[in-house]
Amino acid sequence: MITIKNLRASVEGKEILKGIDLEIKAGEVHAIMGPNGSGKSTLSNVLAGRADYEVTEGEVTFNGKNLLELAPEDRAREGVFLAFQYPVEIPGVSNINFLKTAINETREYKGQAPMEAKDFLALVKEKQHLVELDGKLANRSVNEGFSGGEKKRNEIFQMAMLNPSFSILDETDSGLDIDALKIVASGVNKLRTKDNAFLVITHYQRLLDYIIPDFVHVLYNGKIVKSGGKELALELEEKGYDEIKKQFETV
Amino acid sequence: MSISLENKISTAQNLTAALSRVGDKNNVFGFDMIGEALQFVEIEGLPTNKHEEFKYCNVDAVFRKEFKEINNSFSEINMPPVVVDAINVYIINGRFESVSGKAEGLVICDLVAAQKTHKEVVEKNLGAHAKPTSSVFVALNTAYCQKGLFVYVEKNAKIDKPVYIHYLTDPISVSVINPRTLIVCGAGSNVQIIDDYYSKGANFFSTHTSEIVVGENAQVKHYKIQNEGDNAFGVITTEVVQSSNSVYDAATFIFSGSLVRNNHHVRLFGQNIEAHLNGLIIGRHNALIDNHTYIDHAMPNCNTNELYKGIAYEKSSLVFNGKIMVRRDAQKTNAYQSSKNILMSDDASIYTKPQLEIYADDVKCSHGTSTGKVDEDALFYLKARGIGDESARKLLLQAFAQELIDKIEIPSLHDKVLELFEESLK
Ligand SMILES: Nc1ncnc2c1ncn2[C@@H]1O[C@H](COP(=O)(O)OP(=O)(O)OP(=O)(O)O)[C@@H](O)[C@H]1O
Ligand SMILES: [Mg+2]
Repeated sequence: MITIKNLRASVEGKEILKGIDLEIKAGEVHAIMGPNGSGKSTLSNVLAGRADYEVTEGEVTFNGKNLLELAPEDRAREGVFLAFQYPVEIPGVSNINFLKTAINETREYKGQAPMEAKDFLALVKEKQHLVELDGKLANRSVNEGFSGGEKKRNEIFQMAMLNPSFSILDETDSGLDIDALKIVASGVNKLRTKDNAFLVITHYQRLLDYIIPDFVHVLYNGKIVKSGGKELALELEEKGYDEIKKQFETV
Repeated sequence: MSISLENKISTAQNLTAALSRVGDKNNVFGFDMIGEALQFVEIEGLPTNKHEEFKYCNVDAVFRKEFKEINNSFSEINMPPVVVDAINVYIINGRFESVSGKAEGLVICDLVAAQKTHKEVVEKNLGAHAKPTSSVFVALNTAYCQKGLFVYVEKNAKIDKPVYIHYLTDPISVSVINPRTLIVCGAGSNVQIIDDYYSKGANFFSTHTSEIVVGENAQVKHYKIQNEGDNAFGVITTEVVQSSNSVYDAATFIFSGSLVRNNHHVRLFGQNIEAHLNGLIIGRHNALIDNHTYIDHAMPNCNTNELYKGIAYEKSSLVFNGKIMVRRDAQKTNAYQSSKNILMSDDASIYTKPQLEIYADDVKCSHGTSTGKVDEDALFYLKARGIGDESARKLLLQAFAQELIDKIEIPSLHDKVLELFEESLK
């Protein structure tokens, strides 16, 4: 699905990603853990196409296409989805209008006719139910005045609506209470198929009890320094990053 | 201000010819008023940008383009389609032309006729709120206006249909036009007024001067749509006076113009008055659009609110200057003002200046201004969901403008303005 080779990226002249290699196949769930500031969100943003980051080296192939050449909207239309660590509030733009525009522009890109209004509303209803999002929230302005947890749930709602093939969840679990965490996780599990893939960024092993990853990677100082199975998350939870930090502390 | 021969009005209008206007049977003003106006023009001259009030608005340079004498033809007018169910009034090249439709308690005619039928109302108000010596443009208007418009809403009359005033300017004329309007709303009356300034590419300068009198307990909604193309110039003066317990609610929408200066002044002569001045301005190309508002709180217990939003593209400049005067007697005044702007290009500029003069101590007044670019984080968020650059910007600008467009309570007008807005973003 996606192959990342020797990806290096900097912001304002400072290198953040220092050569990332990662391959994710359809049907897989990968988790990335790592201390604050190690570059997890930077990786997500670079994959989603945020302009602030300059890719200085490396390549990313997504379903055979050179992802880095595509505009952010085209990456989304091709099936890349980023659930933001900090979802943006957009006063005055209704969630519904926003999603309708997103879905129809994606359909247009694929040469499909716009979705019928009644089909769209039925889809909204179904997916709202999936993430147990309050109907009122769907009608409000995008994230405006949403609580931290509501914002995260709204990200998963959008993911369910857009049905991407590759989803990056950047700390979607932070700020969620236990019940919300279960709802979000079960939402993700229901969307999981053999044809799509997930990259789950988290600080807590807890989430991985619900969304069982096939691989766990540790990102430290802009590099993946360790990879393993789901037991790696447990080990990190227990020991913290001290050992890794010591081992990879460089200049 | 120094007076040089250079900046005298005679560059644009020949004074001798002007004097011949006195006694024009179409000009409602008498010899004294016209004389006073012309004298004022001669002494003052046109303001240059050294004049504080016209700092960003170089009218003098524009006037030097030597606009021709007033043109009479209107055959080439392309009438815009009528989309609002209304009483339609047509002002063509600055002159009252016709009215279609009527309503109980509503009088619409030209000012010369009104001087006979409504002598007292006209004499009491005309030139009293927009004094010829208040500005050069009002003075010019006073001296040169012909067939002004008179709208009278009788006491307690509730006019169901809006009064839709079409200010149309001939696309082939290059001229100065001097539309003049007097609107008097009697006590307890209720009316919606729409000023729609429209032209298809005409090159002209307008000195439109309106006086609007809002009687006790009256409710007046006033919509202004200014969309006269890239060759339209003008200094538009709107003088509003309100009596106790009245509501004046204005919303201005400006979509084009080369140089547009609006002076919108509201004087509150009574208690428990409410006034709203709102504006949405889109600057394109080299437009200079300058909104000056002035709200005069003379008495206690009045509430006023102003919200102006601007979107400046290309090399356009938008100016908002909002003056609020709270006089010593005007205790318990609430006066709020806000100006928000979005710059769409590095060459565009925004100038905002709130001016609060407060002489009473028990008042609540505030003002705020903000100017920025389209929110990049929001833009990226939308794109990350598959929305293209153009649609994403449109969504954000629409969200910015929506609250102002939603102030329009007439659905067909709301849709028309929304359409003009969307068109103006292309
Ligand atoms: N736009 C930016 N401008 C300047 N510095 C940035 C920018 N984005 C990221 N950085 C820096 O890059 C480094 C990595 O940040 P990033 O957000 O990717 O970390 P993270 O691993 O997601 O951390 P956290 O666990 O706290 O979310 C940090 O030092 C951060 O300050
Ligand atoms: Mg992060």
